[in-house]
Amino acid sequence: MPPPLPYLKETPSQTAGPYVHIGLAPSVAGLSGAMGDLGQDIAGPEAPGERITVEGMVLDGTGAPVRDAVIEAWQADAAGIYPHPEDPRHAEAAPGFRGWGRACTDFETGIWTFETVKPGPVPGPDGALQAPHVNLWIVARGINLGLATRLYFSDEGEANRDDPVLGLIDQTHRRDTLMARREDRDGAVVYRFDIHLQGEHETVFLEI
Amino acid sequence: MTRRDGPFFARDRQWHPPALAPAYRSSVARSPRWPALSIGQTRSEITGPVFRPDDVAAIDRDLILNHARDGEPVGERIVVHGRVLDEEARPVPNTLVEIWQANAGGRYRHRNDGYLAALDPNFGGCGRALTDAEGRYHFRTIKPGAYPWRNGGNDWRPAHIHFSVFGTGWAQRLVTQMYFEGDPLIPRCPIVNAIPDPEAVDRLVARLDMNAAIPFDCLAYRFDIVLRGRRATFFETRPEGT
Repeated sequence: MPPPLPYLKETPSQTAGPYVHIGLAPSVAGLSGAMGDLGQDIAGPEAPGERITVEGMVLDGTGAPVRDAVIEAWQADAAGIYPHPEDPRHAEAAPGFRGWGRACTDFETGIWTFETVKPGPVPGPDGALQAPHVNLWIVARGINLGLATRLYFSDEGEANRDDPVLGLIDQTHRRDTLMARREDRDGAVVYRFDIHLQGEHETVFLEI
Repeated sequence: MTRRDGPFFARDRQWHPPALAPAYRSSVARSPRWPALSIGQTRSEITGPVFRPDDVAAIDRDLILNHARDGEPVGERIVVHGRVLDEEARPVPNTLVEIWQANAGGRYRHRNDGYLAALDPNFGGCGRALTDAEGRYHFRTIKPGAYPWRNGGNDWRPAHIHFSVFGTGWAQRLVTQMYFEGDPLIPRCPIVNAIPDPEAVDRLVARLDMNAAIPFDCLAYRFDIVLRGRRATFFETRPEGT
């Protein structure tokens, strides 16, 4: 046998556990002190675009809400630009736009919420456009490797139909698990997105 | 220099713990049954949040002082340090490392932890740091205690520190736990044992590092973290807009 190639192996994942808030959202854990919670403002006050709320629950295989999950979001601005050096247009990203946020499911209601701006379409492979989407990552007690998925918007019918990632889902009815449903609530735009870890309505999770 | 601007190496799912590990009972109802759908990587996965020096303060990496009220916390004083590298051993600079842990008695400062061991008024258990240009990070803290948890009738977690790391792209996001060399609870832990390969478990065990210990002050443990590597794109013509 020749010697193995000199690659390192990725550090194996372990669950974030039930006390994840101490590290990722200290005020939620009940820690008072100098360290504020990171990821509280995805878009900043100046970024142009439609201001939206995204909310939902994380449900386990029995349909019970997961009340100790942390959800992270990564998204482009309203023009479809990521504020990251590898986005060729990053210098034009909206002022103050971070694109990243973190939310916890409520210990009682199980609901998580983000306030943000609706992202624009993002260039995809072969010059095709990807429909507007928010990349999500979920960790909790009982989740051994963080789960990646995407949230799409129910009112983007045409863009969703042409989206290269949604198109990879063979079982077309499962594409609906990635659709956030638009609601108008007292003049505010709310998108509802429930994440089903398991069961009949299991969310499509992604290997990225 | 070769530009490493291609996709991240595929994740080896046999190396990570599977979603369903029945001996870790919480995983039973929280594990997807469908395999994850491979989508390759687009701009959405190759980019990721960027952190700045003003996202963290110098004291955030000192858990001995960052929650101290009227003295210092009780317990074994340690330095935990290491490097964040990718699978080609290249440093990952300026990336956010967040840690959280129990106090020396095995009690978390968390509203949902009801373990009878006492809280330490001077210990919070939360730390943050950005890696330097060579991918290095270091924290000063108290060695956490083992604690019992409701899984089997008498299951105890080995002493551990939780780590969260970002890398440069969304596809590198990782949370894990660091254990301590020589802890007899490691091989008894159902969360650890969810990892199929003992060699992979070994990567989570920090080594006592006497060269980094501060004489008459702190012992030290070394824990290097490896994130997914990235392919070079010598032969690929990347279409406009990818």
